Amino acid sequence: MRTFVLRRLLQLVPLLLAVIVLTFALLRAAPGDYVTTVAADPQVPTATLEAMRHRFGLDRPWPVQLGLYVRNLVLRFDLGESFSHHRPVAEVLRGAMLNTLLLALAGALLTWGLAVPLGAWAAARQGRAVDRSLSTLAFAGLAVPEVLSGLLLLMLAARTGWFPVGGMRSLDWDNLGPLARLADILWHLALPALVVALVPLAGRMRQMRSSLLDVLRLDYVTTARAKGLDERVVVLRHALRNALNPMITLFGYTLGSLLSGSLVAEIVFAWPGLGRVTYEALLARDQYLVAGSVLMATVVLVLGNLVADLLLAAADPRIRHA
Amino acid sequence: MPEARGAGPVGRRSLAALVAGQLWRTPPALAGGVLLVVLYLFAALAPFLAPYPPAEMDRARFYHPPQALHWRGEDGRFRLRPFVYATAPGPGVFEYREDRSRSMPVRFLVRGARHRLLGLVPTDRHLLGVDAPARVNLLGTDPAGRDVLSRLLFGARVSLSVGLVGIAISFALGLLLGGAAGYFGGWVDALLMRSSELLLCIPGLYLIMALRTLFPAELPSGQVYLAIVAILALLGWAGLARVIRGMVLSIRQADYVTAAEALGMSRLRVIVRHVLPNTLSFVIVAATLAVPGYILGEVVLSFLGVGIQEPDASWGNMLQQARSLTVLTDFPWLLYAPGTAIFVTVMAFNFLGDGLRDALDPRRTGGEGRA
Repeated sequence: MRTFVLRRLLQLVPLLLAVIVLTFALLRAAPGDYVTTVAADPQVPTATLEAMRHRFGLDRPWPVQLGLYVRNLVLRFDLGESFSHHRPVAEVLRGAMLNTLLLALAGALLTWGLAVPLGAWAAARQGRAVDRSLSTLAFAGLAVPEVLSGLLLLMLAARTGWFPVGGMRSLDWDNLGPLARLADILWHLALPALVVALVPLAGRMRQMRSSLLDVLRLDYVTTARAKGLDERVVVLRHALRNALNPMITLFGYTLGSLLSGSLVAEIVFAWPGLGRVTYEALLARDQYLVAGSVLMATVVLVLGNLVADLLLAAADPRIRHA
Repeated sequence: MPEARGAGPVGRRSLAALVAGQLWRTPPALAGGVLLVVLYLFAALAPFLAPYPPAEMDRARFYHPPQALHWRGEDGRFRLRPFVYATAPGPGVFEYREDRSRSMPVRFLVRGARHRLLGLVPTDRHLLGVDAPARVNLLGTDPAGRDVLSRLLFGARVSLSVGLVGIAISFALGLLLGGAAGYFGGWVDALLMRSSELLLCIPGLYLIMALRTLFPAELPSGQVYLAIVAILALLGWAGLARVIRGMVLSIRQADYVTAAEALGMSRLRVIVRHVLPNTLSFVIVAATLAVPGYILGEVVLSFLGVGIQEPDASWGNMLQQARSLTVLTDFPWLLYAPGTAIFVTVMAFNFLGDGLRDALDPRRTGGEGRA
């Protein structure tokens, strides 16, 4: 097991290197750079533009830029400086990542909190009205993209005023007490988290349903029923535990998309998270900020998949990683 | 449609016949398929079905709400020919009153802007409209006074074809590269699989946006369209190639492949004639379920403002108009029209894909499409 984890972590090194090279190559191959976007303002003197290029190292050939970037990253864990934020990339990313994590975790909590009981309920009532209506709902849900659910919920917020129409904090945040602050964040969090939650909800519910149905067909469940146990005990105590196994792996993959799965929700609801920061950085050609955020999202994705594999091994004794 | 050679249980019935028979027994899948045919026909016939050109502005009718078709007149009598009431601006800004005394009958095959039917037959007839100079906006107008129904139909051409073209390119790539990796093994396999892992490890939307910056922000829509298709196809092959590789690895152990090789068939011919056809049923299902991902890719890019640019229409940039809070509260038809179109399309593909999966793969081993 330890060698398995070590090997997977070691594989991360060439992968991240490839991601860095790819990001740099893409940003360099694209026409113009950050200074070009600044130069769109005719009032900025040429000398300032040249000084900027020099300060950011944009006047050097891109392999040199790449080498310097990797050296700083490895030796000092320095991700460079964001051009547009005028702050170190690590600092910009830290705040954005925390916000995105909050959003994604709330979304995941909602997804799983709904998907597991609903899927189990549908399986236990297979073929009956509950099952059929849940299946229909799930099927319709699969066809609603994030952009659409986001805009519909935004419309709800704008029309009723029950929820804020964007952002993360109210204007009077500074005057609020700690409890009121918590409530304020949760209030702002509700709709974007729902958007994040709705995307995988239908799929997870269907998977939970079919997983429980598979288990309910097994011999030991028949045995439990033959013993005369209450159906509720059979489903909840005997079958559900085993049906959750495949779901645990899927949960691991959810961990992987924690940083990258909420981009659309962040943009629709103006949530100051990583997706929004990356989107703006890309438009502004903020080279190191783009590289840094893609790097972080990739690390989390790969680590999430690793955790998923480990969770599977922990949950299912039949699987052992050599 | 090539026959699935060597796929034992299929026997001598062709794959097409099998699919057709199975679809006939699965009403939702059939409905999805029929709906898709209708939607693609709408897109193909857009210039004829749309009352107006997509970029034609009416400066007297900004944000005009949808006009309902009526069959029952003020006198309560039923009329065979549907009509709409004329509207006049006021009392507020972007507000319109129905003038119940003036009804405008809806006419069929009216004269309008010139266009070529299916790109061939020049004509100036449109399916329906009202007597000029009055205009009818069954789905309302947008902030520039353009007819939403017309934009929806012309937008369908972009949004629906992105899916098909994208899937065709990326699946051709996926089949070829996955087939090569599985069949040749060795360094070809290692190289292809490592590159697919790289693509799969970078979060999709981030990569799409990074690739989008390769092209200047202000491009003519035709080129943006090509750029979008290229980007989506470039990312889409990886997941499929990995599955195909696995299938090819097992198929190439089969006796009939050894037999073909022993008969002196070239490697390429073995791959194309014997190995790939056996992955066909999986590929058809995976492709059907993956098309919505490509359609949504265009929608998201255009929604973010880096896709199809105004004045050209696509479902994504129509949704972009619905981003403003004023639109959401006062002019909601700008969200409903493209939203419903996207929902219905994705739903139809899902129904068809699910039905095909049941029809083609008795073991139901399908991967999830990558969005």
